[in-house]
Amino acid sequence: MKRPTDKKPPREILSLLLTFLKIGLFTFGGGYAMIPLIERETVEKHKWITGEDLLEIVAVAESTPGPIAINAATFVGSRVGGFFGALAATFGVIAPSFAVIIAVSFVLEQFRSVRWVQYAFNGVRAGVLALIAKALWSMFRKCPKGLFYYAVMLAAFAAAAFLPVNAVYIILLCAAFGLVKAVAAGRRDAG
Amino acid sequence: MIFLELFLTFLKIGAFTFGGGYAMLPMIRSEIAARGWLSADELIDFIAVSESTPGPFAVNIATLIGMRTGGVPGAACATLGVALPSFVIILLVARVYRKFRQSRLVAGVMDGLKPAVVGLIAAALLTLGQAVFWPGGFHGEVFLSAAFYVSLFIFAGAMVLAFKKLHPIAVIALSAAAGIAAGYIFHF
Repeated sequence: MKRPTDKKPPREILSLLLTFLKIGLFTFGGGYAMIPLIERETVEKHKWITGEDLLEIVAVAESTPGPIAINAATFVGSRVGGFFGALAATFGVIAPSFAVIIAVSFVLEQFRSVRWVQYAFNGVRAGVLALIAKALWSMFRKCPKGLFYYAVMLAAFAAAAFLPVNAVYIILLCAAFGLVKAVAAGRRDAG
Repeated sequence: MIFLELFLTFLKIGAFTFGGGYAMLPMIRSEIAARGWLSADELIDFIAVSESTPGPFAVNIATLIGMRTGGVPGAACATLGVALPSFVIILLVARVYRKFRQSRLVAGVMDGLKPAVVGLIAAALLTLGQAVFWPGGFHGEVFLSAAFYVSLFIFAGAMVLAFKKLHPIAVIALSAAAGIAAGYIFHF
Protein backbone atom coordinates (compact mmCIF):
# COMPACT_ATOMS: atom_id res chain seq x y z
CA MET A 1 0.00 0.00 0.00
CA LYS A 2 1.16 3.52 -0.75
CA ARG A 3 2.27 5.71 2.08
CA PRO A 4 0.34 8.93 2.52
CA THR A 5 2.40 11.87 1.41
CA ASP A 6 1.81 15.46 0.54
CA LYS A 7 4.26 15.43 -2.35
CA LYS A 8 2.49 13.90 -5.31
CA PRO A 9 2.89 14.94 -8.93
CA PRO A 10 0.08 17.21 -10.14
CA ARG A 11 -0.83 14.53 -12.69
CA GLU A 12 -1.98 12.22 -9.90
CA ILE A 13 -4.08 15.01 -8.37
CA LEU A 14 -5.68 15.76 -11.72
CA SER A 15 -6.39 12.09 -12.22
CA LEU A 16 -8.08 11.94 -8.79
CA LEU A 17 -10.19 14.97 -9.66
CA LEU A 18 -11.33 13.51 -12.98
CA THR A 19 -12.03 10.08 -11.52
CA PHE A 20 -14.18 11.44 -8.71
CA LEU A 21 -15.97 13.83 -11.08
CA LYS A 22 -16.94 10.73 -13.02
CA ILE A 23 -18.02 8.89 -9.87
CA GLY A 24 -20.10 11.89 -8.75
CA LEU A 25 -21.73 12.25 -12.13
CA PHE A 26 -22.61 8.63 -12.78
CA THR A 27 -23.98 7.37 -9.49
CA PHE A 28 -27.50 7.94 -8.25
CA GLY A 29 -28.52 7.76 -4.62
CA GLY A 30 -25.00 8.21 -3.26
CA GLY A 31 -23.44 6.25 -0.43
CA TYR A 32 -23.50 2.53 -1.02
CA ALA A 33 -24.65 2.96 -4.60
CA MET A 34 -21.26 4.53 -5.22
CA ILE A 35 -19.11 1.72 -3.88
CA PRO A 36 -19.10 -0.47 -7.03
CA LEU A 37 -17.98 2.42 -9.24
CA ILE A 38 -15.41 3.56 -6.67
CA GLU A 39 -14.07 0.00 -6.65
CA ARG A 40 -13.85 -0.20 -10.43
CA GLU A 41 -12.08 3.14 -10.72
CA THR A 42 -9.77 3.19 -7.71
CA VAL A 43 -9.02 -0.51 -7.17
CA GLU A 44 -9.21 -2.09 -10.60
CA LYS A 45 -8.35 0.72 -12.99
CA HIS A 46 -5.95 3.04 -11.16
CA LYS A 47 -4.80 0.56 -8.50
CA TRP A 48 -4.62 3.40 -5.97
CA ILE A 49 -5.91 1.19 -3.16
CA THR A 50 -6.60 -2.54 -2.66
CA GLY A 51 -10.02 -4.14 -2.32
CA GLU A 52 -9.24 -4.68 1.35
CA ASP A 53 -8.48 -0.98 1.77
CA LEU A 54 -11.86 -0.20 0.27
CA LEU A 55 -13.63 -2.43 2.79
CA GLU A 56 -11.77 -0.64 5.58
CA ILE A 57 -12.73 2.72 4.09
CA VAL A 58 -16.42 1.76 4.03
CA ALA A 59 -16.19 0.61 7.64
CA VAL A 60 -14.51 3.85 8.71
CA ALA A 61 -16.99 5.91 6.66
CA GLU A 62 -19.81 4.22 8.55
CA SER A 63 -18.38 5.11 11.92
CA THR A 64 -17.50 8.72 11.16
CA PRO A 65 -20.09 11.44 10.62
CA GLY A 66 -21.13 12.75 7.24
CA PRO A 67 -22.11 11.44 3.85
CA ILE A 68 -20.42 8.13 2.99
CA ALA A 69 -19.58 9.32 -0.52
CA ILE A 70 -17.62 12.28 0.83
CA ASN A 71 -15.91 10.18 3.49
CA ALA A 72 -14.81 7.65 0.88
CA ALA A 73 -13.62 10.32 -1.57
CA THR A 74 -11.62 12.15 1.10
CA PHE A 75 -10.11 8.89 2.32
CA VAL A 76 -9.02 7.64 -1.10
CA GLY A 77 -7.79 11.11 -2.06
CA SER A 78 -5.67 11.46 1.06
CA ARG A 79 -4.17 7.96 0.64
CA VAL A 80 -3.16 8.72 -2.91
CA GLY A 81 -2.25 12.37 -2.83
CA GLY A 82 -2.24 13.70 0.73
CA PHE A 83 -4.17 16.86 1.54
CA PHE A 84 -4.47 18.10 -2.04
CA GLY A 85 -5.46 14.65 -3.20
CA ALA A 86 -8.25 14.64 -0.61
CA LEU A 87 -9.32 18.08 -1.72
CA ALA A 88 -9.37 17.11 -5.41
CA ALA A 89 -11.32 13.88 -4.83
CA THR A 90 -13.87 15.52 -2.52
CA PHE A 91 -14.39 18.47 -4.83
CA GLY A 92 -14.76 16.01 -7.71
CA VAL A 93 -17.47 13.97 -6.02
CA ILE A 94 -19.46 17.08 -5.04
CA ALA A 95 -19.17 19.30 -8.11
CA PRO A 96 -21.42 17.36 -10.53
CA SER A 97 -24.24 17.13 -7.96
CA PHE A 98 -23.97 20.78 -7.19
CA ALA A 99 -24.13 21.85 -10.83
CA VAL A 100 -26.97 19.47 -11.71
CA ILE A 101 -29.04 20.52 -8.69
CA ILE A 102 -28.63 24.24 -9.45
CA ALA A 103 -29.91 23.57 -12.97
CA VAL A 104 -32.76 21.36 -11.72
CA SER A 105 -33.78 24.04 -9.18
CA PHE A 106 -34.32 26.58 -11.93
CA VAL A 107 -36.39 24.10 -13.93
CA LEU A 108 -38.45 23.15 -10.85
CA GLU A 109 -39.21 26.81 -10.12
CA GLN A 110 -40.51 27.21 -13.67
CA PHE A 111 -42.75 24.16 -13.65
CA ARG A 112 -43.92 24.04 -10.04
CA SER A 113 -47.26 25.66 -10.71
CA VAL A 114 -48.07 23.52 -13.77
CA ARG A 115 -50.98 21.23 -12.99
CA TRP A 116 -49.55 17.91 -14.16
CA VAL A 117 -46.28 18.57 -12.34
CA GLN A 118 -48.26 19.06 -9.14
CA TYR A 119 -50.10 15.80 -9.79
CA ALA A 120 -46.79 14.05 -10.39
CA PHE A 121 -45.39 15.32 -7.10
CA ASN A 122 -48.55 14.16 -5.29
CA GLY A 123 -47.77 10.65 -6.47
CA VAL A 124 -44.04 10.98 -5.86
CA ARG A 125 -44.58 11.97 -2.21
CA ALA A 126 -46.37 8.69 -1.48
CA GLY A 127 -43.67 6.78 -3.37
CA VAL A 128 -40.85 8.47 -1.44
CA LEU A 129 -42.45 7.36 1.84
CA ALA A 130 -42.05 3.79 0.63
CA LEU A 131 -38.36 4.42 -0.15
CA ILE A 132 -37.80 5.80 3.35
CA ALA A 133 -39.64 2.79 4.84
CA LYS A 134 -37.38 0.50 2.82
CA ALA A 135 -34.26 2.33 4.06
CA LEU A 136 -35.59 2.10 7.61
CA TRP A 137 -36.07 -1.65 7.22
CA SER A 138 -32.54 -2.25 5.91
CA MET A 139 -31.02 -0.15 8.70
CA PHE A 140 -33.08 -2.07 11.24
CA ARG A 141 -31.78 -5.34 9.83
CA LYS A 142 -28.18 -4.15 9.95
CA CYS A 143 -28.53 -2.96 13.55
CA PRO A 144 -27.31 -5.44 16.20
CA LYS A 145 -30.11 -7.15 18.13
CA GLY A 146 -30.60 -7.22 21.89
CA LEU A 147 -32.33 -5.48 24.75
CA PHE A 148 -29.93 -2.51 24.82
CA TYR A 149 -30.41 -1.83 21.10
CA TYR A 150 -34.20 -2.09 21.20
CA ALA A 151 -34.34 0.20 24.24
CA VAL A 152 -32.18 2.87 22.55
CA MET A 153 -34.20 2.52 19.34
CA LEU A 154 -37.49 3.00 21.16
CA ALA A 155 -36.21 5.87 23.29
CA ALA A 156 -34.82 7.70 20.25
CA PHE A 157 -38.07 7.17 18.36
CA ALA A 158 -40.27 8.35 21.24
CA ALA A 159 -38.13 11.41 21.94
CA ALA A 160 -38.03 12.45 18.27
CA ALA A 161 -41.70 11.75 17.58
CA PHE A 162 -43.31 13.13 20.74
CA LEU A 163 -40.92 15.58 22.41
CA PRO A 164 -39.83 18.96 21.02
CA VAL A 165 -36.10 18.14 21.14
CA ASN A 166 -33.55 18.61 18.39
CA ALA A 167 -32.23 15.37 16.86
CA VAL A 168 -28.66 16.46 17.74
CA TYR A 169 -29.30 15.98 21.45
CA ILE A 170 -30.87 12.58 20.88
CA ILE A 171 -27.83 11.51 18.85
CA LEU A 172 -25.41 12.79 21.51
CA LEU A 173 -27.31 11.08 24.31
CA CYS A 174 -27.47 7.74 22.47
CA ALA A 175 -23.73 7.96 21.69
CA ALA A 176 -23.14 8.52 25.42
CA PHE A 177 -25.26 5.45 26.26
CA GLY A 178 -23.12 3.36 23.92
CA LEU A 179 -19.92 4.77 25.39
CA VAL A 180 -21.04 4.04 28.96
CA LYS A 181 -21.99 0.51 27.93
CA ALA A 182 -18.55 -0.05 26.33
CA VAL A 183 -16.70 1.34 29.36
CA ALA A 184 -18.80 -0.77 31.74
CA ALA A 185 -18.15 -3.89 29.65
CA GLY A 186 -14.41 -3.08 29.67
CA ARG A 187 -14.44 -2.76 33.48
CA ARG A 188 -16.21 -6.10 33.78
CA ASP A 189 -13.63 -7.79 31.54
CA ALA A 190 -10.75 -6.19 33.43
CA GLY A 191 -12.16 -6.92 36.87
CA MET B 1 -27.52 36.46 7.94
CA ILE B 2 -29.03 33.61 5.94
CA PHE B 3 -25.77 32.40 4.37
CA LEU B 4 -23.99 31.96 7.67
CA GLU B 5 -27.08 30.29 9.12
CA LEU B 6 -27.24 27.86 6.18
CA PHE B 7 -23.54 27.08 6.51
CA LEU B 8 -23.71 26.48 10.27
CA THR B 9 -26.92 24.46 10.10
CA PHE B 10 -25.52 22.13 7.45
CA LEU B 11 -22.20 21.97 9.28
CA LYS B 12 -24.15 20.63 12.25
CA ILE B 13 -26.09 18.20 10.06
CA GLY B 14 -22.84 16.98 8.48
CA ALA B 15 -21.17 16.58 11.86
CA PHE B 16 -23.98 14.63 13.49
CA THR B 17 -25.16 12.31 10.75
CA PHE B 18 -23.85 8.79 10.79
CA GLY B 19 -24.47 6.49 7.86
CA GLY B 20 -25.27 9.21 5.32
CA GLY B 21 -28.24 9.41 2.98
CA TYR B 22 -31.55 8.81 4.73
CA ALA B 23 -29.84 8.84 8.14
CA MET B 24 -29.63 12.58 7.51
CA LEU B 25 -33.39 13.09 7.27
CA PRO B 26 -34.20 13.31 10.99
CA MET B 27 -31.59 16.07 11.44
CA ILE B 28 -32.68 17.93 8.33
CA ARG B 29 -36.32 17.68 9.33
CA SER B 30 -35.72 18.98 12.82
CA GLU B 31 -33.51 21.85 11.60
CA ILE B 32 -35.79 23.09 8.83
CA ALA B 33 -38.85 22.79 11.07
CA ALA B 34 -37.11 24.90 13.74
CA ARG B 35 -36.21 27.55 11.15
CA GLY B 36 -39.33 27.39 8.99
CA TRP B 37 -37.28 27.01 5.80
CA LEU B 38 -39.52 24.48 4.05
CA SER B 39 -42.84 22.72 4.53
CA ALA B 40 -42.89 18.95 5.05
CA ASP B 41 -44.31 18.60 1.50
CA GLU B 42 -41.42 20.51 0.00
CA LEU B 43 -38.95 18.41 1.95
CA ILE B 44 -40.48 15.23 0.52
CA ASP B 45 -40.31 16.70 -2.99
CA PHE B 46 -36.66 17.53 -2.41
CA ILE B 47 -35.99 13.98 -1.21
CA ALA B 48 -37.46 12.69 -4.47
CA VAL B 49 -35.37 15.09 -6.56
CA SER B 50 -32.19 14.24 -4.59
CA GLU B 51 -32.79 10.57 -5.13
CA SER B 52 -33.28 10.95 -8.88
CA THR B 53 -30.30 13.20 -9.65
CA PRO B 54 -26.69 12.02 -9.76
CA GLY B 55 -24.30 12.28 -6.83
CA PRO B 56 -24.44 11.84 -3.06
CA PHE B 57 -27.94 12.23 -1.62
CA ALA B 58 -26.66 14.48 1.19
CA VAL B 59 -25.00 16.91 -1.21
CA ASN B 60 -28.07 17.02 -3.43
CA ILE B 61 -30.49 17.79 -0.64
CA ALA B 62 -28.15 20.35 0.96
CA THR B 63 -27.78 22.10 -2.40
CA LEU B 64 -31.56 22.07 -2.99
CA ILE B 65 -32.42 23.46 0.44
CA GLY B 66 -29.63 26.05 0.19
CA MET B 67 -30.83 27.08 -3.27
CA ARG B 68 -34.45 27.39 -2.12
CA THR B 69 -33.47 29.41 0.94
CA GLY B 70 -30.60 31.56 -0.31
CA GLY B 71 -30.16 31.12 -4.08
CA VAL B 72 -26.86 29.98 -5.58
CA PRO B 73 -24.69 31.43 -2.76
CA GLY B 74 -27.01 29.74 -0.26
CA ALA B 75 -26.57 26.45 -2.09
CA ALA B 76 -22.78 26.86 -1.95
CA CYS B 77 -22.87 27.58 1.82
CA ALA B 78 -25.11 24.60 2.59
CA THR B 79 -23.04 22.22 0.46
CA LEU B 80 -19.75 23.41 1.92
CA GLY B 81 -21.22 23.04 5.41
CA VAL B 82 -22.45 19.49 4.88
CA ALA B 83 -19.14 18.32 3.37
CA LEU B 84 -16.66 20.05 5.68
CA PRO B 85 -17.01 17.89 8.84
CA SER B 86 -16.54 14.65 6.86
CA PHE B 87 -13.55 16.07 5.06
CA VAL B 88 -11.77 17.23 8.21
CA ILE B 89 -12.59 14.15 10.28
CA ILE B 90 -11.50 11.73 7.56
CA LEU B 91 -8.23 13.61 7.07
CA LEU B 92 -7.57 13.19 10.78
CA VAL B 93 -8.66 9.56 10.91
CA ALA B 94 -7.06 8.43 7.62
CA ARG B 95 -3.62 8.07 9.18
CA VAL B 96 -4.71 6.09 12.19
CA TYR B 97 -7.66 4.24 10.71
CA ARG B 98 -6.65 0.77 11.82
CA LYS B 99 -6.39 1.93 15.41
CA PHE B 100 -9.64 3.85 15.00
CA ARG B 101 -11.37 0.74 13.68
CA GLN B 102 -10.16 -1.39 16.59
CA SER B 103 -11.00 1.14 19.29
CA ARG B 104 -13.42 -0.18 21.84
CA LEU B 105 -14.74 3.31 22.56
CA VAL B 106 -15.51 4.01 18.89
CA ALA B 107 -17.31 0.65 18.77
CA GLY B 108 -19.25 1.66 21.89
CA VAL B 109 -20.35 4.98 20.41
CA MET B 110 -21.45 3.17 17.24
CA ASP B 111 -23.42 0.72 19.38
CA GLY B 112 -25.43 3.65 20.69
CA LEU B 113 -25.73 5.39 17.31
CA LYS B 114 -26.92 2.49 15.16
CA PRO B 115 -30.21 1.91 17.01
CA ALA B 116 -30.62 5.69 17.52
CA VAL B 117 -30.58 6.27 13.76
CA VAL B 118 -33.23 3.57 13.28
CA GLY B 119 -35.48 5.21 15.88
CA LEU B 120 -34.91 8.68 14.43
CA ILE B 121 -35.72 7.63 10.87
CA ALA B 122 -38.88 5.91 12.11
CA ALA B 123 -39.92 9.19 13.75
CA ALA B 124 -39.13 11.17 10.57
CA LEU B 125 -41.17 8.67 8.54
CA LEU B 126 -44.11 9.20 10.88
CA THR B 127 -44.02 13.01 10.51
CA LEU B 128 -43.53 12.92 6.74
CA GLY B 129 -46.28 10.30 6.43
CA GLN B 130 -48.73 12.60 8.18
CA ALA B 131 -47.86 15.39 5.75
CA VAL B 132 -48.60 13.05 2.84
CA PHE B 133 -51.75 11.31 4.06
CA TRP B 134 -53.48 14.18 5.85
CA PRO B 135 -51.86 17.43 4.70
CA GLY B 136 -54.53 19.53 6.44
CA GLY B 137 -54.21 17.71 9.78
CA PHE B 138 -56.01 14.58 10.88
CA HIS B 139 -59.81 14.54 11.08
CA GLY B 140 -62.55 12.06 10.21
CA GLU B 141 -63.15 13.54 6.75
CA VAL B 142 -59.69 12.44 5.66
CA PHE B 143 -61.21 9.02 4.99
CA LEU B 144 -63.76 10.54 2.60
CA SER B 145 -61.22 12.19 0.31
CA ALA B 146 -60.07 10.58 -2.93
CA ALA B 147 -56.60 12.07 -2.41
CA PHE B 148 -56.11 9.97 0.74
CA TYR B 149 -56.93 6.72 -1.04
CA VAL B 150 -54.79 7.62 -4.05
CA SER B 151 -51.82 8.27 -1.74
CA LEU B 152 -52.49 5.03 0.12
CA PHE B 153 -52.70 3.07 -3.12
CA ILE B 154 -49.49 4.57 -4.52
CA PHE B 155 -47.70 4.07 -1.19
CA ALA B 156 -48.73 0.39 -1.06
CA GLY B 157 -47.66 -0.18 -4.68
CA ALA B 158 -44.35 1.61 -4.12
CA MET B 159 -43.71 -0.50 -0.99
CA VAL B 160 -44.12 -3.70 -3.00
CA LEU B 161 -41.82 -2.41 -5.76
CA ALA B 162 -39.21 -1.01 -3.35
CA PHE B 163 -39.04 -4.25 -1.40
CA LYS B 164 -38.76 -6.18 -4.65
CA LYS B 165 -35.57 -4.12 -5.08
CA LEU B 166 -36.78 -2.09 -8.03
CA HIS B 167 -34.39 0.85 -8.49
CA PRO B 168 -35.46 3.91 -6.44
CA ILE B 169 -35.57 6.08 -9.55
CA ALA B 170 -37.99 3.62 -11.17
CA VAL B 171 -40.15 3.69 -8.03
CA ILE B 172 -40.22 7.50 -8.17
CA ALA B 173 -41.01 7.55 -11.90
CA LEU B 174 -43.88 5.08 -11.52
CA SER B 175 -45.26 7.00 -8.53
CA ALA B 176 -45.16 10.20 -10.58
CA ALA B 177 -47.01 8.51 -13.46
CA ALA B 178 -49.64 7.15 -11.05
CA GLY B 179 -49.99 10.61 -9.50
CA ILE B 180 -50.57 12.23 -12.90
CA ALA B 181 -53.14 9.58 -13.92
CA ALA B 182 -55.00 9.87 -10.59
CA GLY B 183 -54.91 13.67 -10.77
CA TYR B 184 -56.65 13.76 -14.14
CA ILE B 185 -59.15 11.03 -13.16
CA PHE B 186 -60.23 12.57 -9.83
CA HIS B 187 -59.56 16.28 -10.57
CA PHE B 188 -58.11 17.18 -7.17
